[in-house]
Amino acid sequence: MALTTTTYGYTKEHSGEARPVSADAAAADSGSLTFEIKHMDLFYGDHHALKDVSMDVRTHEITALIGPSGCGKSTFLKSLNRMNDLVENCRITGDIRFEGKDIFREVDLLALRTRVGMVFQQPTPFPKSIFENVAYGPRLQGISNKGQLSEIVEQSLRQAACWDEMKDRLNQSALGLSGGQQQRLCIARTLAARPSVILMDEPTSALDPISTQKIEDLALELKEKYTIIIVTHNMQQAKRISDKTAFFLLGELIEFDDTVKMFTDPSNPKTEEYITGRFG
Amino acid sequence: MNDSHFAAKKRLDSIMTALFRFGAYFAVVLLIAFVGYVMGEGCRYLTGDMLSFSEKGLGNQFFNTLYLVFLSLIFSAIGGIPAGVYLAEYAHKGHLVKWVRMAVETLSSLPSIVVGLFGYLVFIVMTHSEWNMLAGALTVSILMLPLLTSVTEDALRTLPESYRLSSYGLGASKWQTVLHVLLPAAFPRIMTGLIMAAGRGFGEAAALMFTAGMSTDIHWDDWDLSSPSCPLNPLRPSETLTLHIWALRTEALEANANEQAAACSAILMILVVSFSLIARYMSYRIDKKMGGN
Repeated sequence: MALTTTTYGYTKEHSGEARPVSADAAAADSGSLTFEIKHMDLFYGDHHALKDVSMDVRTHEITALIGPSGCGKSTFLKSLNRMNDLVENCRITGDIRFEGKDIFREVDLLALRTRVGMVFQQPTPFPKSIFENVAYGPRLQGISNKGQLSEIVEQSLRQAACWDEMKDRLNQSALGLSGGQQQRLCIARTLAARPSVILMDEPTSALDPISTQKIEDLALELKEKYTIIIVTHNMQQAKRISDKTAFFLLGELIEFDDTVKMFTDPSNPKTEEYITGRFG
Repeated sequence: MNDSHFAAKKRLDSIMTALFRFGAYFAVVLLIAFVGYVMGEGCRYLTGDMLSFSEKGLGNQFFNTLYLVFLSLIFSAIGGIPAGVYLAEYAHKGHLVKWVRMAVETLSSLPSIVVGLFGYLVFIVMTHSEWNMLAGALTVSILMLPLLTSVTEDALRTLPESYRLSSYGLGASKWQTVLHVLLPAAFPRIMTGLIMAAGRGFGEAAALMFTAGMSTDIHWDDWDLSSPSCPLNPLRPSETLTLHIWALRTEALEANANEQAAACSAILMILVVSFSLIARYMSYRIDKKMGGN
């Protein structure tokens, strides 16, 4: 894996920087690995929620995580930016590397969450104006220049395909937007923090079909610059947008492969049963 | 089941509805009657003299009331809001928190006369000072403190968990989350708490009797902060409207003391009601701005 080694070198050179590497810089090492997960186990108290999961996530690909409710796919996603740290009694063993670095020992927690953005199942705008919602991430990073913020806000809203409908109401509350608009605003807010990875936790499950399609189109566009990992209940969605699919069942990673292969010729009979709708 | 059975059920229903409605409207009627009586009595005896900022007028007491409530709001906000934030956001479940919460609850049920005597002991006797507004404000802030603490705690607890998760997800620290997301979102409710606390301050008499003092001697041309007659000097005796009413009704020697007390009550009433209305309007505006309507 010559490519992987180059990634390590690249990341190490830039390590310790408070400022996140921009998406453009990250675009240079397409085909490399963003996440390497080896023998990961996760416990909620006594409950063994994830069992010996190993997976590589490639840069600039969309990786879909599918499986029935309670299979651990969301838990797995939330481990990647250490949101599980907020859960009491949650314990993780094994190795999770982001751009070659151990996320628990070698990467600062706040830096990790800046680089690995997250979009939640329910749209979660803050009770602030549209502008302030998007500007929140940059402000956290110490950017306070109004001109610079305006630029970032416009750029992020354009990227998330909401600039045209929101440019005239930037100072209005984000809570007045529709659910689909709120979710795209949340994506814009995530992009404004300049991440290189976007984690999406069932981002369309609370939305209507039209808004869902907009988010899916958006994901396909964003893949050019970002690495996307998406949890979805909807197998058609995984089939439509993802490059790789991971199938989880009862805390185990049953199969992980190219999406096309997985949906046409799954190697594991359980995968086949699930994607053909025999359970789940 | 026959028709009379249903009729009886319906009758009971309407009786109970009437009863509840009576209970609800009774409060309104009581308030209107009360305000009407106080205002009517007060305005009858209100003279131009009384409205002046002089020894004869009530202007100085009016100013003292506002100033004292302002100071005590600042003191109690400094203590109470961080305490509420701590209980809601930082404290883990445990013995210590249980004790803190119990202390807050006990503090809120202390009789104000007891707090007043405590204030007298600590802020007057122990500091070897005369009656002064600062001591009064500190004493009143003890009464406001538990209210602000629990209002702040409740306001933060009722915020959706998603605010916290989204903020952390963007790389925010705990302090950034509290300062930039949670406190602004909880602001309208904390504001309501401040209004309630202010209401308590406006009406307080017992806690001030031994602390703020029963006299006032302000000269409106004296702006030397260290002078005992400077209006802004918090280290001067400062009788408030409530204390003035008390003094007039118990120990005044003037012939028209009762009339003066009635006028004073009316002014206090106007102050409290208008403050409450303005504050409500402000919090409504803030709510509306954040709610996106």
